[in-house]
Amino acid sequence: MSALTREETEALIKEVLEVYPEKAQKDRAKHLAVNDHSEEQSKKCITSNRKSLPGVMTIRGCAYAGSKGVVWGPIKDMIHISHGPVGCGQYSRAGRRNYYVGVTGVNTFGTMNFTSDFQEKDIVFGGDKKLAKIINEIEGLFPLHKGISVQSECPIGLIGDDIEAVSKKGAAELNKPVVPVRCEGFRGVSQSLGHHIANDAIRDWVFSRDGKDVKQEFVPGPYDVSIIGDYNIGGDAWSSRILLEEMGLRVVAQWSGDGTLAEIELTPKVKLNLIHCYRSMNYIARHMEEKYSIPWIEYNFFGPTKIAESLRAIAAHFDDKIKAGAEAVIAKYQPMVDAVIAKYRTRLEGKRVMLYVGGLRPRHVIGSYEDLGMEVVGTGYEFGHNDDYDRTIKEMGNATLLYDDVTGFEFEEFVKKVKPDLIGSGIKEKYIFQKMGVPFRQMHSWDYSGPYHGYDGFAIFARDMDMTINNPCWKILTPPWQKKPEAEAIAQAA
Amino acid sequence: MANIMIRRGAAGEYVFYLPKRDLEDTITSMEFDQADKWGGEIKLNNGGAYYVDPMPAPPKLPISVRARRMDAAE
Repeated sequence: MSALTREETEALIKEVLEVYPEKAQKDRAKHLAVNDHSEEQSKKCITSNRKSLPGVMTIRGCAYAGSKGVVWGPIKDMIHISHGPVGCGQYSRAGRRNYYVGVTGVNTFGTMNFTSDFQEKDIVFGGDKKLAKIINEIEGLFPLHKGISVQSECPIGLIGDDIEAVSKKGAAELNKPVVPVRCEGFRGVSQSLGHHIANDAIRDWVFSRDGKDVKQEFVPGPYDVSIIGDYNIGGDAWSSRILLEEMGLRVVAQWSGDGTLAEIELTPKVKLNLIHCYRSMNYIARHMEEKYSIPWIEYNFFGPTKIAESLRAIAAHFDDKIKAGAEAVIAKYQPMVDAVIAKYRTRLEGKRVMLYVGGLRPRHVIGSYEDLGMEVVGTGYEFGHNDDYDRTIKEMGNATLLYDDVTGFEFEEFVKKVKPDLIGSGIKEKYIFQKMGVPFRQMHSWDYSGPYHGYDGFAIFARDMDMTINNPCWKILTPPWQKKPEAEAIAQAA
Repeated sequence: MANIMIRRGAAGEYVFYLPKRDLEDTITSMEFDQADKWGGEIKLNNGGAYYVDPMPAPPKLPISVRARRMDAAE
């Protein structure tokens, strides 16, 4: 099926919106758009970062998910207390596949769940005493932890507990940082505010701690950089890090996949901050630019075209040695990239993809697909803001679909009409579309595969897309009694 | 009054950022952008306008300042 024209896409949006009541229709219409390269600003065509419409199926998370699940959770040598009822922590435990090196339960705690398990009496009498007790218990049970963060769940804000006071007291007793994070789930319209709150907590409680300057003995080098906003899903940060190190840079910190508290404390001494996930970590980069005069750039390690672009852009901030290093890295991996493209491009050429994910991926992975000859015909953010869409318009083809905070119904209808060859979204969408007979990849957790970043990741990405789209199972979805007679004849002849 | 941050973009232009609302936009014009006076009314690409108390000299960027909203686009 050929691509839809602008008029067809506009008609499709109109048709999908028809089922809503008038008021809902008006609201949702603002979030759906046809991409137009002539638009310089996204806000003229699409509205984002607004409260989801009551009654529709949304795929968004909450502020707690943004803070504990995304920003703080992967910091491996700290213990993150899910402060509140047990469920929030348990259901967000280890699902994101932030890989790390270390002995879990001894010096790293990434996949463990620590919770204050609120009961009725804690809601009635307050949970501060319990929190203080937990902080002491943690110190007794896991003495090698480097610090504690208190991730508030909804009740903490509702009952007005003073977690800051408890944290300060705990930090003084333990002589380790205890960071209260006010990321109650009800704050904001999506997980996006949780990222912001988490970033602000790092700024206020890690960078400046009672005037005590940490890590004085660290000697900064001329080529120090930090990877910010890479959560090491399936090992992403590792496949990014080796490229940077090969070109001669020294990666001081990983935020926050496979990251440690010490790395985060060292970050204000780097020369350049490299931002992969702009949406979740631009706040801290802006802060470091103002306070420590560290410039930051966004980069994209999905697909060889974007990797080469990014490596050169990063190298442009350094001297000729690094620039030569970047060229050497690009040249070194070129044969590997050529082999991957030669193998998979013929099998994937012309396939059409629809994406609906969060953070950076709705625009960042487009390059990967294009390198394989595929076309992204629709994309959207769960919790993007205007600046995300500003950056997306340039990446997407003209007359493609853009959808912000798409509802379950809209997404299904779009897929029925656009008929993509592949959908990339999350676990909640996966089985709906597989049952509809559309190949699907989870683009949040790389469908238990990965890494997808870097040159090594691209090879895995290409393999995964091929084995999903060209899987023989899609041809045998029609049961025998529903098969058309012609198909039978062909089957017999074969 | 709102806290805003002004920084230089990749092309050397001024970029406006409003942390409270996560609003990032380019600044199309600034009333005073001279060696002895900096600030005043700033106009954004999205049509909004803010007023920053003029400073005696261009500050080191990025800088967080208090700004008064004159005309917001949204």
